[in-house]
Amino acid sequence: MKVTLFVPCFVDLCFPQVGMSMVRILEKLGHEVVFHEKIACCGQPAFNSGYWDEARKAAVPVLQQLENSEVVVIASGSCGAMLKVFYPELFHGTPHELKAVDLANKCFEFSDFLVTRLGVTDLGARFPAKVTFHDGCHGLRELGRKMPARQLLAAVKDLTLVEMKEAEMCCGFGGTFATKFPMISSAMGEVKCASAQDTGADYIVSNDSSCLMHIQGLASRQGKPLKTVHLAEILASS
Amino acid sequence: MKNTVEQFKTQASKVTADLRHRGLIQTALGKYEVQRDRRKSAFQSWESARQIAAETKWEAIQSLDKHLMEFATKLEARGTRVHWASTAQQARDIILGIIQAKKARCVIKSKAMTAEEIHLNEAMEKAGFEVVESDLGEYIVQLRKEPPYHIVFPAMHLTRGEISDLFHRELGSAPTESPEELTMIARRALRRKYIQADVGITGANFAIAETGMVSITENEGNARLSAALPKTMISLLGIEKILPRLSDLALFLPMLATAGAGQTITCYNSFYSGPRRPGECDGPEEYHVVLLDNRRTELLADAEQRDALHCIRCGACLNVCPIYRNVGGHTYGTTYSGPIGSVITPHLRGLQDWKHLSSASSLCGACTETCPVKINLHHHLLHNRRNAATEKPARLEKLAFSLFATVVNTPSLYRLAGFFGRILQPAHRWIKGTWMDPLRPWTQTRELAPLAPRSFRHHWRARR
Repeated sequence: MKVTLFVPCFVDLCFPQVGMSMVRILEKLGHEVVFHEKIACCGQPAFNSGYWDEARKAAVPVLQQLENSEVVVIASGSCGAMLKVFYPELFHGTPHELKAVDLANKCFEFSDFLVTRLGVTDLGARFPAKVTFHDGCHGLRELGRKMPARQLLAAVKDLTLVEMKEAEMCCGFGGTFATKFPMISSAMGEVKCASAQDTGADYIVSNDSSCLMHIQGLASRQGKPLKTVHLAEILASS
Repeated sequence: MKNTVEQFKTQASKVTADLRHRGLIQTALGKYEVQRDRRKSAFQSWESARQIAAETKWEAIQSLDKHLMEFATKLEARGTRVHWASTAQQARDIILGIIQAKKARCVIKSKAMTAEEIHLNEAMEKAGFEVVESDLGEYIVQLRKEPPYHIVFPAMHLTRGEISDLFHRELGSAPTESPEELTMIARRALRRKYIQADVGITGANFAIAETGMVSITENEGNARLSAALPKTMISLLGIEKILPRLSDLALFLPMLATAGAGQTITCYNSFYSGPRRPGECDGPEEYHVVLLDNRRTELLADAEQRDALHCIRCGACLNVCPIYRNVGGHTYGTTYSGPIGSVITPHLRGLQDWKHLSSASSLCGACTETCPVKINLHHHLLHNRRNAATEKPARLEKLAFSLFATVVNTPSLYRLAGFFGRILQPAHRWIKGTWMDPLRPWTQTRELAPLAPRSFRHHWRARR
């Protein structure tokens, strides 16, 4: 299959290893990976802040570049929700509406693609550690996917998954919310860190680097011995 | 109004820094979740129940005009006086007019968020009437001269010790931490008031169009006493409380109890449809129903957000909201707090003054997931943000997003931005978190994720 990988700006700039892990996994499974260098942002920051014209300005090139893809895999649950759930609403009543709906139908968040679309759960990975999984809200509630990531983790050798209390509770990132209301965002992050620490896990794993960026940033500042790692990195390790 | 935003931020900073307060709220709401889940499992299918409830409310709101007329006509046929109030001022005037005509001195009230919404207590007190809240939680916050902290649990932010101190100070009771004793202290004080009161005021949980009945749900029996003992009874309710049929309550009563308080069914469920009839041994001599619009019809006119009128005020969205759990109920500065408050307050009190509440959300969607009538709460927060930015854009923000949109999806500019980012990064640590730091809103409390030496794009190209 020809898989088009969409790597959002923050993953591209701060977490390239996440994108590269995905490339390695997809290629290992025998797929051809396509990547468009011309697009880096789905427009979600503008969309979430209410500036839908500006969001469309960012999103139109994305629509155009991804138009002829067979299937699109998105390296973040949040950006995945943007393309899959919000693009049709953003472009509703515009000439791009059909393209947006068409794209939405062939978009998958990475872990969802592996499990739901490809039916793969065991990638032969090994990761000797105790981990807890944090559900990114967009992946969990907008895309409605809780199990794929867990199924993938369950097949990783020497890995122990312990669920944290209130695993489905938001970590407090929320995009521009994190900088508009840092006190609330950080308080939510503290609750999340505490829940994760209570499990005694070595790592917090998620399929969203944006949540991890926030959780890690907070834990590091507060001197908490918490480490974060993206699901794809675990699946690519051996 | 800059005030509302600044007030919100100041209060949010204060509460989020108060670990004891946050702990108290989170523990209480954590317990609620356990109870709620236990009760939910008694439904054959909670999801189907939500779907039916949403459709029933949709039906009620879609033909609100007809349902309201049916409701009013049936009530009037039983001798109830029905009043229509377009604004909060009109509602206050109507109620004050009734109380004055009765030459009342003392008014007993059971819990009603609509009364909070129109600031009824202040108006009655200003007009010289004694007003006593009879719901225990409401009574406590009234003694503290505070608004309710939560739409269902008004005094949930207080410990037993704090309530004991309050009763000791205000009622002269002996200090005790026993919930039973504290309840008895309030009960003794309140019983006298029921007997003294000339007028009883209640809210409503549902308004049944088919039969012309006001349905009131409560756990303490205080609404029943407020309705039964005074000679005049007034129910104040928002026009959205309508349910088409009496049989709808077979779903809505257990649903409200489950979603709202983790109960199978609320202890007392009463229906009111008219004054005491000849031969009846109790009930008021006069019954007034005041139907409040107060800009609900504007929300009705908004096809996108109309489903916000489906709300049954169960408070479930507050309970699961991580924002509410960390900033608490008073921070919002509104009658209706939490997600539903953030959605409707801009409609009820002005978009530009209250749009910040829609921004103060991570859009996690826990509210929408839990809402028993399936209001699309977190997406409406997005809609409010869009409406606010379209109506009155913040120029700098708009420009920034426009620039951002151009830079990220123009490869040469994007590369340039990454290049400068990497060059400037080492210097950033000298100003990190200080007032000179343009990234201060992030770096004040968090470390920044460093830019990788090489981007994904770079690795990708190297590999090909």
